[in-house]
Amino acid sequence: MIHIPTNTTVLRQILVAFIRNEVEKTGLHRVVVGLSGGVDSSLSAMLAADALGRKNVLGILMPYASSSPDSQNHAEIVVRQSGIESLLVDITPQIDAYFSRFPGAGAQRRGNKMARERMTILYDHSARWNGLVLGTSNKTELLLGYGTLYGDMASALNPLGDLYKTQVWALAEAAGVPPPIVRKEPSADLWAGQTDESELGFSYREVDRLLYLMVDQRHTRPELIAAGFAEGFIDDISLRIMNSQFKRRLPVIAKISQRTIDRDFRYSRDWGK
Amino acid sequence: MSIRVAIAQINPRLGDLPANLALYEAKIRQGIDAGVDLMLFPELSLTGYMLRDMVPDVALTLDSAEIKTLKRLSRALPFVGGLVEESADHRFFNAAVYFEDGEVRHVHRKVYLPTYGMFDEQRYFARGDRIRAFDSKYGRVASLICEDLWHPSTVYLAALDGALAVLCPASSPLRGITDGKPQDDNARYWEMMTRAYAESYSLFIIYANRSGFEDGVGFWGGSEIVDPFGERMAKANYYDEDFIVGEVALESVRRKRTMAPLLRDEDLDLTINELMRIRERPGRPRHKLTAVKNAKVSKLAKLRGPKKN
Repeated sequence: MIHIPTNTTVLRQILVAFIRNEVEKTGLHRVVVGLSGGVDSSLSAMLAADALGRKNVLGILMPYASSSPDSQNHAEIVVRQSGIESLLVDITPQIDAYFSRFPGAGAQRRGNKMARERMTILYDHSARWNGLVLGTSNKTELLLGYGTLYGDMASALNPLGDLYKTQVWALAEAAGVPPPIVRKEPSADLWAGQTDESELGFSYREVDRLLYLMVDQRHTRPELIAAGFAEGFIDDISLRIMNSQFKRRLPVIAKISQRTIDRDFRYSRDWGK
Repeated sequence: MSIRVAIAQINPRLGDLPANLALYEAKIRQGIDAGVDLMLFPELSLTGYMLRDMVPDVALTLDSAEIKTLKRLSRALPFVGGLVEESADHRFFNAAVYFEDGEVRHVHRKVYLPTYGMFDEQRYFARGDRIRAFDSKYGRVASLICEDLWHPSTVYLAALDGALAVLCPASSPLRGITDGKPQDDNARYWEMMTRAYAESYSLFIIYANRSGFEDGVGFWGGSEIVDPFGERMAKANYYDEDFIVGEVALESVRRKRTMAPLLRDEDLDLTINELMRIRERPGRPRHKLTAVKNAKVSKLAKLRGPKKN
């Protein structure tokens, strides 16, 4: 039995300290987070409320006409329960205005556009409200590349990026995220009936166990096969990780000078802070 | 003799020397008010840890104005500071500097610079080439920095060189989680290590770790003073700033060494002979420079011959 350790007591302590520390060292005291009604953004918002105080967290609900009503209801429950500030911005007019010019666009283009519109709204309110944009991508999504570049993947700091989805579920439960949110089927809610697991073609529990052995424990392919994973599954996931590497890096810069940004011009992001 | 030792488990600003110097000063005042005799600051706590290309910008020569300030502060309270030391030939060292009575009494340059996984110290720092105990006004001690302790030979050398306490500044990052434990995996390993060293070498381990985050990497804190019996004399919070004071009764080293004279029985010649034999084994990687130095030692060892039983 492959077990991914999830010590929720220690995790909460670390992540609350992380948010407080990384926010306050910039001289700010607030964060802005997009609330989808899903478990990741609910947990991020609640951790931020613990770290910074509920009045220093702004949750923005950004539904589109086709979004499930459950999503908005769940986001509203999180706002009520945690007492954070909130704002509702319906993105339907701006999305529809754009796609009236490109009516042939398919679901993926529309979905990515929505994710990026939401990002621009978060960053606009980041400037208005003096709050950093809090990310909500988890390690499973980041490794699989299951996110929109410069969309939901964009943030100033991300407390969940080193936690697999199954760890997020456990932590969310321990942190008091309402059970219907923890237990519902994960969905990007970009079109009706979309669920992560049907789109990906495997379950989070299954892929998390593989990723944990492959990435965290550095098991080799023969070791993974011996652990009971199908060869096709291992290869599919390896390829996904490799092919989505670009999403986890800055854009490639053509090296010309003696000191190129991020190549031989190396400074931490927290430079001087 | 019993002394009061304080550990300032601080969260410095990355690359901000003036801010961190002010923090040192504040903590030293706090130490003076608390009536302590000796104080430890964490590794690179005058500069921050993840310096990367900032290393040359924050490096200090021992005649710099900042070092003069630190010397002055040590008149009221001796302390170990963690900083980047620049040598006359412009090498940069990750250094633990012991200040006492207005002077620099000892500099330990970190020997083992981790350059694997999340670490890339050897890209930026030059490697220290000695491990020496030294005499403080309270007795003989040694300074080792963080990763140095992951190599048991360093503590062994410090103990045989007469150290009654190892002063260990660290910037140890948290990583790894285990169910049911009150701390992360790295913290747990460290606590096992400090206790094992204290007991096996019959000395005090005074471990000063930092707190805070740099680029998402958290430092686990948990600074502690462990006596030669493996008992914790003081323990700081995990994952947060703290300031702890503990009694270091150096006579307990005597008591422990009377009860278990492990160091007395240590066979130094046996160790040296076996190390020389191992050094000559085929296929062993060797540093050019060390090999030359060691050639002289080998000659000496041949003259001495193996130890008689």
